[in-house]
Amino acid sequence: MSTALIDLSYVIASILFIFGLKRLGKAETARQGNLISAIGMFLAIVATLLSKEVVNFQWIAVGIVAGTIVGIIAARSVQMTSMPEMVALLNGLGGISSLLVGWAEYHAGHEITAFTAVAIYLAVLIGGVTFTGSLLAYGKLSEKISGAPMLFPGQQLVNGLIVIAIVVCGVLFAMDPLGGQNYFFAAVGASFIFGILAVAPIGGADMPVVISLLNSYSGLAACAAGFIILNNVLIVAGALVGASGIILTQIMCKAMNRSLSNVLFSGFGAAGGSKSASYQGEAKPISAEDAFLILENASSVVFVPGYGMAVAQAQHVVRELGDLLAENGCDVRYAIHPVAGRMPGHMNVLLAEANVPYEQLVEPEDVNPTMETVDVTVVIGANDVVNPAAREDKSSPLYGMPIINVDKAKTCIVLKRSMKPGFAGVDNPLFFGENTRMLFGDAKASISSLVAEFKG
Amino acid sequence: MGLLLFVLVLSIFLGFELISKVPSQLHTPLMSGSNAISGITIVGALIASGIEGQDQLAVILGTLAVATATVNVVGGYLVTDRMLGFFKSKDKDSK
Repeated sequence: MSTALIDLSYVIASILFIFGLKRLGKAETARQGNLISAIGMFLAIVATLLSKEVVNFQWIAVGIVAGTIVGIIAARSVQMTSMPEMVALLNGLGGISSLLVGWAEYHAGHEITAFTAVAIYLAVLIGGVTFTGSLLAYGKLSEKISGAPMLFPGQQLVNGLIVIAIVVCGVLFAMDPLGGQNYFFAAVGASFIFGILAVAPIGGADMPVVISLLNSYSGLAACAAGFIILNNVLIVAGALVGASGIILTQIMCKAMNRSLSNVLFSGFGAAGGSKSASYQGEAKPISAEDAFLILENASSVVFVPGYGMAVAQAQHVVRELGDLLAENGCDVRYAIHPVAGRMPGHMNVLLAEANVPYEQLVEPEDVNPTMETVDVTVVIGANDVVNPAAREDKSSPLYGMPIINVDKAKTCIVLKRSMKPGFAGVDNPLFFGENTRMLFGDAKASISSLVAEFKG
Repeated sequence: MGLLLFVLVLSIFLGFELISKVPSQLHTPLMSGSNAISGITIVGALIASGIEGQDQLAVILGTLAVATATVNVVGGYLVTDRMLGFFKSKDKDSK
């Protein structure tokens, strides 16, 4: 195929990515958008395979077949509750691929200009950070390792030294790419270490921010790879992903009322002694039967799911309960906080999986103004995102974070395993509120017994 | 080189424009879908592994790059499609 035709294919592929992303942003067209972007990818791959540069196909075939098999199996078998881990792993694979491309190009390179050297260096660096950072995020999300922030004394200093080393190696490498092999491998090592150090201090509930950021990095790594092989489609696609990751990161930070640097460096929720005063009062436990009576008489109910619902895999029984309530003539809505769960939109996906129509899903800004008219709010495994201290208590670490005002409804039923505080380690005055009733136990079991009451 | 940087800057702005108004219910599919797009690095991987006159190390690096990028692409698109298949509007809900 002629170079002009191949270039044209790359242009069309870029356009398909842009249209695909645009359509991915609207509920009605999202699935089609994803398909359009997949077609763009297919086109880019075919065009590359037909280009004159590519002459040996046997190892390409091995790589593609192996990757396709793994990809299909993973995409088919992953549970929706495990989507954050899946996205983290895929991010990591994209990162390591860009690193390998950079390495291979460097290894094969005959004449490397300073410009190409910088591109190689950046691809390897960003790719490496994305790889180990994502693997660690995967470990934390899948609870193979503790999700608690890992902090050690002098952490900032160590990070600073690594950054300096990376910059110095980069300059030396760009000045003499061919003689600078040692700097190159030092950068590979430093990027791996830095990826781990960057994610280690970040706790479980801040994972939505980290995944968004790593998503952005995987795009930027692809972008850098595009500068190595001087290919526009990589630059366009990588930049689109980089931008989208950054926007999601910003949205997540805003939803927690914290700055990005605060999320990345503070080790929020680490066992610090100076938490705000604990709240006095008595929690009022109720039985499933009493909860049923309250719900049966309610004319409007708002469910507020959190990570606990994902852990208990309770989304299907929650929907069943919601349907029974709706049949009972009750107005049922699901209020979803942007940072509920372990990745942006996590709760939406789980409820969608359980067949909840998306019209019933509402955002905090929409539901809060009407909260006084709501009869019952049901909090399922959410904690910090419904903590009134964020609204009222200036000394609380959560102060200023926008929350869902479940305490303002006539009754609030909180499903919880125990009185333990949430991820942030902050006591929740909601549990001692006038209108609050605690339904202790596993979320799935509790909801199931409510469903049984309705049916019985 | 100047042109490439030009393309980069324009694409970043375009990305901001495209994504900034996405409703929060679509954040997860958006993330996994855009993640699949970042697998575009496969183009670089194909060239690295298929180019003429490669030594053994370059072939190994290239093949690994192709394999990892392929998982990223195939897994990313399929899982996004599967997820979006769950999103249903009330009107179209046949159940």
